[in-house]
Amino acid sequence: MLREPMGLLGIGLVLLIVLGALFAGLTGYSPSKLAMRDRFLDPSFTHLLGTDHLGRDLFTRVLHGARIALGVAFVATGISFIGGLILGMIAGYGPRWLDSLLLLLFDSLRAFPTVMLALALVTLTGPSLAAVVLVVVLATLPGYARVVRAQTMSLKTTEFVLSARSLGAPSWRILAVHIMPNLIGPLVILVSMDIPVVITIEAGMSFLGLGVRPPTPSWGAILNDGYAFIRESAWPAIAGGLPIIIATLGFTFLGETLRDHLDPRLRQDG
Amino acid sequence: MLLYALKRLGLALIITAVALILLISMIQLIPGDPAAVLLGPLASPEMREMFRQQMGLDQPALVQIARFFGRVLTGDLGTDVLTNRSVLVTVMEQVPFTLALIFASITWSALIGIPLGCFAALYRGSLADRIVGILSVSSIALPSFVIAIYGLLLFSVKLGWFPTIGAGDRGDPIDQLYHLVLPSLAVGLGWVGYLARMVRASMLEVLSENHVRMARAFGLEERTITYRYALKIAIIPTVVLLGMGVGNMISSAVFAEIVFARPGVGKLIFDAISTRNYPVVMGAVMITTGFYVLCTLIADLIAAGLDPRVRSTL
Repeated sequence: MLREPMGLLGIGLVLLIVLGALFAGLTGYSPSKLAMRDRFLDPSFTHLLGTDHLGRDLFTRVLHGARIALGVAFVATGISFIGGLILGMIAGYGPRWLDSLLLLLFDSLRAFPTVMLALALVTLTGPSLAAVVLVVVLATLPGYARVVRAQTMSLKTTEFVLSARSLGAPSWRILAVHIMPNLIGPLVILVSMDIPVVITIEAGMSFLGLGVRPPTPSWGAILNDGYAFIRESAWPAIAGGLPIIIATLGFTFLGETLRDHLDPRLRQDG
Repeated sequence: MLLYALKRLGLALIITAVALILLISMIQLIPGDPAAVLLGPLASPEMREMFRQQMGLDQPALVQIARFFGRVLTGDLGTDVLTNRSVLVTVMEQVPFTLALIFASITWSALIGIPLGCFAALYRGSLADRIVGILSVSSIALPSFVIAIYGLLLFSVKLGWFPTIGAGDRGDPIDQLYHLVLPSLAVGLGWVGYLARMVRASMLEVLSENHVRMARAFGLEERTITYRYALKIAIIPTVVLLGMGVGNMISSAVFAEIVFARPGVGKLIFDAISTRNYPVVMGAVMITTGFYVLCTLIADLIAAGLDPRVRSTL
């Protein structure tokens, strides 16, 4: 995998983001302390990406934003992963009526364009990090559950499952011991391919003011500040977009390479 | 085919109905008082109580859902809190702008993406193919709002080539097109990659089939085979997938409309949220979701019409 230039680039970019998140506290600036005298400074050795409309160091804010982005990606995909696995197995292994009911629920959830779901939900809850996680879970879980369900159904009739059943193993044991281990691999790949999507949703919602509240530095919020003051200085907008580009490209390259190496069967369209 | 169409239509109706139920039950499921969130912290208890009565939030959940359905079926999506007009009218006024944006984006991305995919399939495994592949993956991954802002920054603010806001003069189609350039660039860029990828994959499949081998045996030029014989078949799954992707496109359009301060459904919802115009938000979300379900329905019906195997999946 290291021989693939795309995979190598992906690892490099992802590492950049992860290291940034780890060492965000070492830049010597606070991500939220105001310094009105230093507004809209251009990049220099003291401020690597310049400063924003409140004089805050953009580089520091971007690094702290990496923590939010990675945190949301980790927590939300984790919940989706577990939820999709469980619901998918229930739909695939359980009684027919339950399967139909769950399928209907998944398909109905997928009927909403993601942004519409986010907008409708946040009107009711108000903007928060929890709302972002909820939107990500609602947007991604049905897809995972559908894949798990299809795999469970085909595994249900395999000989090793049938023999376990004829030996009298209870349903939960068959699911946990015999079926689940065969589902986790493909699902991990699927979920890792979705990390750029999750990062995009978080940044997008924060950009629209539906995500984390200021002054918490999220990439989307930095981009939104930059957008508001785009005529004063280009740097806040550039600084907000750059990490989103690096992260989405990095995780995409990494995910694509991982998928091609680990499971060629999942290769969807070339 | 008729049986499949009827079944598929029934499924679409059920899905829309369940989606509406989910939307309305979100109000019940989400902890906290929507009246408090929507009216803000300054609202007095009396105001909240009035709002609850107005919205029917004081009724039991099932009554609310039943009432809501009755109203939706008669085309009544509620009343715009600010202008006192019907929500349906308010939303429908904005729909043409969003449709124009989506249509423009699909058109230009198809014009570039489809030939690009053919080209990549034709020179499979070459350096050019690999570059197209990496560019496609990148363009799919990049969020549309980042492209929109960078486009705005470079082409409008710095270079001054394109307008920054609005949709152009009402009676001036050239001006309207001019205002469409940057927003549709942001919405369509990901689709160039998506289409190129899809066309390349189905093209490779078609190129290995018998009738293509036959054409090759006759000594036809590779270019003629690709564009005149293979593409006609390879394009079918792509066109169908376009219908499925409309949901994505609606999402990108929301961002493009907000960044370029362009009228449209996305801008309408966004503005309605900041003015706490709750009926408009819900009405617009309902209409776009219905539109999206309709698009996937049409795509599925086309697929079934072209490929009889699809009909047995339902």
